[in-house]
Amino acid sequence: MNAILFAYMPYVLLMTAIVGTIYRYTTNRFSWSSQSSQFLENRALFFGSFPWHYGIVLVLLGHIIGLLTPSSILAWNSAPLRLYILEVSGLALGLLALFGLLALAYRRLTNNRVKAMTTSWDVLLLIILLIQVATGIGNAILYRWGSNWYAATAVPWMWSVLTLNPNVEYVANLPLITKAHIFNAMLFIGLIPFTRLVHVFVINIYKYLWRPYQVVRWYHRDSQTENIIQYK
Amino acid sequence: MVMDIRAQLSMSFNLDKCIGCHTCSISCKNIWTTRQGAEYMWWNNVETKPGAGYPLTWEDQERYRGGWEVSDGNLRLKLIKGNKLRTLASIFFQPNLPTIDDYYEPFTYDYQNLFNAPAGDDQPVARPKSLITGEFMEKINLGPNWDDDFGGSPLYASNDPNLKGLSDSQKEMLTKFHKLFYFYVPRICNHCLNPACVASCPSGAIYKRGEDGIVLIDQDTCRAWRFCVSACPYKKPYYNWATGKSEKCIFCYPRTETGQPNACAHSCVGRIRTVGVILYDAERIEETAKLPDDKLVDGMRDIILDPFDPKVIEAAKKAGIDENWIAAAQNSPAYNLFKKWRISLPHHPEFRTVPMNFYVPPLSPILHQAKADRGGTFDPESTGFFNEIDKMRIPVKFLANLMSAGNERVVVESLKKQMAVRIYWRRKRVGDISESEVKKALDQTGLTLQDVEDIYRLNSLATYKERFVISETHRESKTTVDPRMMYEKRGTIGFGAKKKEFIGRQW
Ligand code: HEM
Ligand code: SF4
Ligand code: SF4
Repeated sequence: MNAILFAYMPYVLLMTAIVGTIYRYTTNRFSWSSQSSQFLENRALFFGSFPWHYGIVLVLLGHIIGLLTPSSILAWNSAPLRLYILEVSGLALGLLALFGLLALAYRRLTNNRVKAMTTSWDVLLLIILLIQVATGIGNAILYRWGSNWYAATAVPWMWSVLTLNPNVEYVANLPLITKAHIFNAMLFIGLIPFTRLVHVFVINIYKYLWRPYQVVRWYHRDSQTENIIQYK
Repeated sequence: MVMDIRAQLSMSFNLDKCIGCHTCSISCKNIWTTRQGAEYMWWNNVETKPGAGYPLTWEDQERYRGGWEVSDGNLRLKLIKGNKLRTLASIFFQPNLPTIDDYYEPFTYDYQNLFNAPAGDDQPVARPKSLITGEFMEKINLGPNWDDDFGGSPLYASNDPNLKGLSDSQKEMLTKFHKLFYFYVPRICNHCLNPACVASCPSGAIYKRGEDGIVLIDQDTCRAWRFCVSACPYKKPYYNWATGKSEKCIFCYPRTETGQPNACAHSCVGRIRTVGVILYDAERIEETAKLPDDKLVDGMRDIILDPFDPKVIEAAKKAGIDENWIAAAQNSPAYNLFKKWRISLPHHPEFRTVPMNFYVPPLSPILHQAKADRGGTFDPESTGFFNEIDKMRIPVKFLANLMSAGNERVVVESLKKQMAVRIYWRRKRVGDISESEVKKALDQTGLTLQDVEDIYRLNSLATYKERFVISETHRESKTTVDPRMMYEKRGTIGFGAKKKEFIGRQW
């Protein structure tokens, strides 16, 4: 069972995510959108979108840093005070995200206009994310110092998967909630190409942050895009 | 001096002649926006002035924060408060975004009920139904042209942001019943030289076309971050709530590329619209956009280049502008109205996007005859046949707020010139005005006889070919067009995929 969930499924879902995302990007780029619904409903979105995104983006960033440089997390945690700070802020961000997500889900299910533009994929995504955040918070509360044992269990497991040498040992003996959190995360990754989650991927960071103000496209010049006014 | 010559398609509107019939809006809608998610969009709309506009009070940038401001000598999007990173944070929720309730909830009527209702004591009615939710609407609060012709309405006209700075008696002329006077302002995207929509888009999806200056949103790159809707001070990009993409007026480029006028201009019943080419110096856009309010209109006239100047022609050829485009620029109604005769003005230049559509401010009603007891402004002290500029029904201040960032001088110049043309023709046709009065009018305004003849012709008799001087673009000869792609979107509007996805929603 562990082998299926943590040695085979990761590849199935990862491949779905990668192949599906590339397929969607190349064949139907028009559908690549955050599908914002602020235009239809403004007030509840404020209490949903802001907390949700600030919470989830930072927590996700923490997971990624842990994955890339587990030693940096361990080094930071070597002083108990810093460990507390990390754990408490992680939990706070998780709760923030949960609050936002609940607000988003409530809005999606109660506002008629938003409901009219809600697909089954949106609902499925919200359910998966709700499980993800709930199990994450459950972990943080029930099994303290997750940032420490994350570096010793899930991180090496993820690396073993990524290096095509899956070692289920690392996660086999984790508590049920933690396992659910990990497996659900993979479901979430597998969902990416089918839902609005593609909006998370910003293909060209340059355009977002450093690009000059104006964009001019030419049909008869070689460099087709040119800019005239610089950001100051 | 370095010059970076570019060509720009520009539309001009003669407001004296707009009858507010909305034919332009309908022809635009029929071609481009009869789709789900776009029903509420009017890429071309016609507003009653004074009035609240569409979306409601769009000119109020305290609320919407559209356009640019100069801060520490730099041009900055009004939307950016503090630094850019902080602005990017509002990607999750745009504090200044108008919502559907600022436009109107699109609706239809339950017509079937008129046919299918069971026999009863009452007439069956067709109740309104939302096109978003499909549910019945209690009542319609707002619709297209909701304040059409509501010149004196305290609900709409008195909320016009352009009434700022007018004296009470001036306001009365525009809003008091029996005295009031209103006019129409047709609006499309201005295809600005310093577009705030382009600058605000994080994903770089919006661009200005180098060849003709048309501003477009790349539908494949747009990610629904909605910054353009907030940043455009004219509220001309619209968010398509069904496809999750923003859309805007495309200046009918498939038509202009083949030398045809835009649908709105072509169908205009009042023949108030002209379309032409303008050559300008792109090097100086930034400096122009930074000018103080009272210099903006003159500055915009400055960066537009004389298409007959041999140096300009040579530089234009070097910049790759086709011969037929230079010829069009030499014959351009837009150039003549704005730069040569100086009678047209930009719309809200103080938004600093350097808009490229121009408006001839309205004179009407010019006749002095209407007696005060019949609702006119008859002034016993003045003996002239025509009304005097400062006694006109539309206060100059109001026009200046609308078209010259408050600069009354350029408005008066335009009105005086238009008046001079009328005085000249009154003398010629009816003869009850003295030669000396005509001479005085011409001398005062600096118009030549040729100018007067030409202005008269363009504004009244001009044929299709004189009103629309548009050269073909010959996209097929441009290197970057893949011939295999040329017909890909034939039979569609080009917005959205025509196929149904194998899974999920139809985009
Ligand atoms: C990294 C940068 C991100 C940006 C710029 C971003 C931006 C957005 C925007 C603009 C919306 C539309 C909100 C609206 O209706 O107006 C949205 C919705 C959403 N985002 Fe993100 N997002 C980001 C990251 C994420 C991440 C990491 C997740 C989840 C793991 C996520 C999950 C969602 C969900 C579920 C919605 C739909 C909310 C609803 O039900 O209306 N986003 N996002
Ligand atoms: S009017 Fe608005 S949408 Fe059009 S180019 Fe100017 S800033 Fe962009
Ligand atoms: S069609 Fe012409 S006259 Fe009629 S509303 Fe439009 S711009 Fe005015």
